[in-house]
Amino acid sequence: MVQERTLPTFSAASTQLSKEEGLRLYEDMILGRYFEDKCAEMYYRGKMFGFVHLYNGQEAVSTGVIQAMRPGEDYVCSTYRDHVHALSAGVPAKQVMAELFGKATGCSKGRGGSMHMFSQEHRLLGGYAFVAEGIPVATGAAFQSKYRREMMGDESADQVTACFFGDGACNNGQFFECLNMAALWKLPILYVVENNKWAIGMAHERATSQPEIYKKASVFGMAGVEVDGMDVLAVRQVAQEAVARARAGEGPTLIEALTYRFRGHSLADPDELRSKDEKEFWFARDPIKKLAAHLTEQDLASQEELKQIEQKIQQEIDEAVKFAESSPEPDPNELYRYIFAED
Amino acid sequence: MAETLFFNALRAAIDEEMARDATVFVLGEDVGHYGGSYKVTKDLYKKYGELRLLDTPIAENSFTGMAVGAAMTGLRPIVEGMNMGFLLLAFNQIANNAGMLRYTSGGNFKIPMVIRGPGGVGRQLGAEHSQRLEAYFQAVPGLKIVACSTPYNAKGLLKSAIRDENPVLFFEHVLLYNLKEDLPETEYLLPLDKAEVVRPGKDVTILTYSRMRHHVLQAVKTLEKNGFDPEVIDLISLKPLDFDTIGDSIRKTHRVIIVEECMRTGGIGAELVASINDRLFDELDAPVLRLSSQDIPTPYNGALERLTIVQPEQIIEAVEKMVALRI
Ligand SMILES: Cc1ncc(C[n+]2csc(CCOP(=O)(O)OP(=O)(O)O)c2C)c(N)n1
Ligand SMILES: [Mg+2]
Repeated sequence: MVQERTLPTFSAASTQLSKEEGLRLYEDMILGRYFEDKCAEMYYRGKMFGFVHLYNGQEAVSTGVIQAMRPGEDYVCSTYRDHVHALSAGVPAKQVMAELFGKATGCSKGRGGSMHMFSQEHRLLGGYAFVAEGIPVATGAAFQSKYRREMMGDESADQVTACFFGDGACNNGQFFECLNMAALWKLPILYVVENNKWAIGMAHERATSQPEIYKKASVFGMAGVEVDGMDVLAVRQVAQEAVARARAGEGPTLIEALTYRFRGHSLADPDELRSKDEKEFWFARDPIKKLAAHLTEQDLASQEELKQIEQKIQQEIDEAVKFAESSPEPDPNELYRYIFAED
Repeated sequence: MAETLFFNALRAAIDEEMARDATVFVLGEDVGHYGGSYKVTKDLYKKYGELRLLDTPIAENSFTGMAVGAAMTGLRPIVEGMNMGFLLLAFNQIANNAGMLRYTSGGNFKIPMVIRGPGGVGRQLGAEHSQRLEAYFQAVPGLKIVACSTPYNAKGLLKSAIRDENPVLFFEHVLLYNLKEDLPETEYLLPLDKAEVVRPGKDVTILTYSRMRHHVLQAVKTLEKNGFDPEVIDLISLKPLDFDTIGDSIRKTHRVIIVEECMRTGGIGAELVASINDRLFDELDAPVLRLSSQDIPTPYNGALERLTIVQPEQIIEAVEKMVALRI
């Protein structure tokens, strides 16, 4: 039996959840899950190419954090594992799917692909393919909010930035450099570590001298919390607190969400290193099943209502695929477009 | 403005642009209280505050990445590299983020930022502080690269770089900060993509930039006395190269000498030769001649350092030889 880190306990009774909110969380997680399942299918059918990193298993983190923010107003920054962050931030599924198909209607006009989802409209600062490089960019966006408020007198500039990255990124200098600066200048940012225990084939404990990442915040005098990343209500609660701190000008928070990816690192990964025991431990903690159970037990939703959401999302995904398939390829005459701002 | 020192011309450019546009700010090591390692931002923090002259920790890749994030979200950062060489640590942010992100994002974001500071070979600073980085960066798509060379062009170019909607890598030169020049009283801007014909002539086109412009002009004094009439062009824009100006000159002189501080292998001159061959081969009466720095780390020893970079005597010799061949 693998020794798993004890997941922090969370009592759902301690959080306020309306029916409407509960269903929204459920819908967002189902959207993430179904979207990724469809990607796997399309990848194996040769509809998309390159490295494709799926998010299955980690949905509670994207949904819990972004739904605690103001999607479309606040900023979100991701990694190469970015499809679901884009969806939670409000980028329509058809734009994300079309990007994966390399089409002109994709959110990055077919120039980015799986690891480079961007949307200015939805304040998605991007998918960044190099480990940890999104952290400084997100920190700059957070600096911008503070700058507008303090130097330009813009009272409405209370936007918060959520920066998502993995356990592997936490051993990179940019992580430490940015935590230092964000704490120093009290920037309105959430650093959200999705600790899924692995960086491709490098087990977290083999890569770091202090596996409890949230504790690394303390040396910067920053709030650091760990949370059960398989429990969307728990994630939402710590995110709400962190967002409130950030908006109040009280500075950044490091959130370590303990989670697990249900698939290999990417669709090209044979996934041979992770043990059966470990996988079983985590598969039993499927965040979607957990929320479904909570909603029905608390009489916040019926099985029927959840079914309806699932059907609605399935339809949305099918439409996204149709849209992507029928969309035009980028115009070859526009090969040079978008290099400079004037193009 | 009366006679102005080079670093004060740069300072004036930043000051004017910060006064004009509240989204412009400077970040980097010692740009605030200390005033910049070459005094380019001296006392500006007193006028604009500490957030607009942001003293950062020594974390080049992170503060350069931050500037990209700030630019994507509507500010106009000016990153000062305390020495441009230190920005090797930020190569990823300059190449992947500043240079390529607009394209990768399918035009979602623009990145109006300036990355500026002292480049070039100083006086016995040793290899790491005596770099010729412009060559490393010239292959990055999406970047504009500018090298200033006089107080006048430094001011006008920096103002334009700050207003440009794209990332601009702006090279100053360690040994030029104390040059003096009379500057116009009224505001002026200079185009980022135009080379400057410093001295019109008909015998040969000398293409140069940054500090080597001054070595060339020193050589020209002797050459004039000896009856030669070279045309001197300061490239200013290292990317894109201004082939309108370069082409006009080559169609007149049919001979080219490149004088650069860059390394020979994969340098700016190498790119120039290739592009001249592509576009103007039929105009050439002689192979293009390249005078570049030696392909070695810049040595500390003064005599060795002198041997590493191009000296005026070599320029004189090269022009005399090439023009004499015309017979
Ligand atoms: C700078 C850099 N080095 C190496 C890689 C190759 N790489 C891609 S993902 C990855 C592991 C990252 O693990 P983690 O940060 O835990 O995120 P996860 O994939 O688990 O979400 C590596 C090494 C990369 N993309 N960028
Ligand atoms: Mg990981």
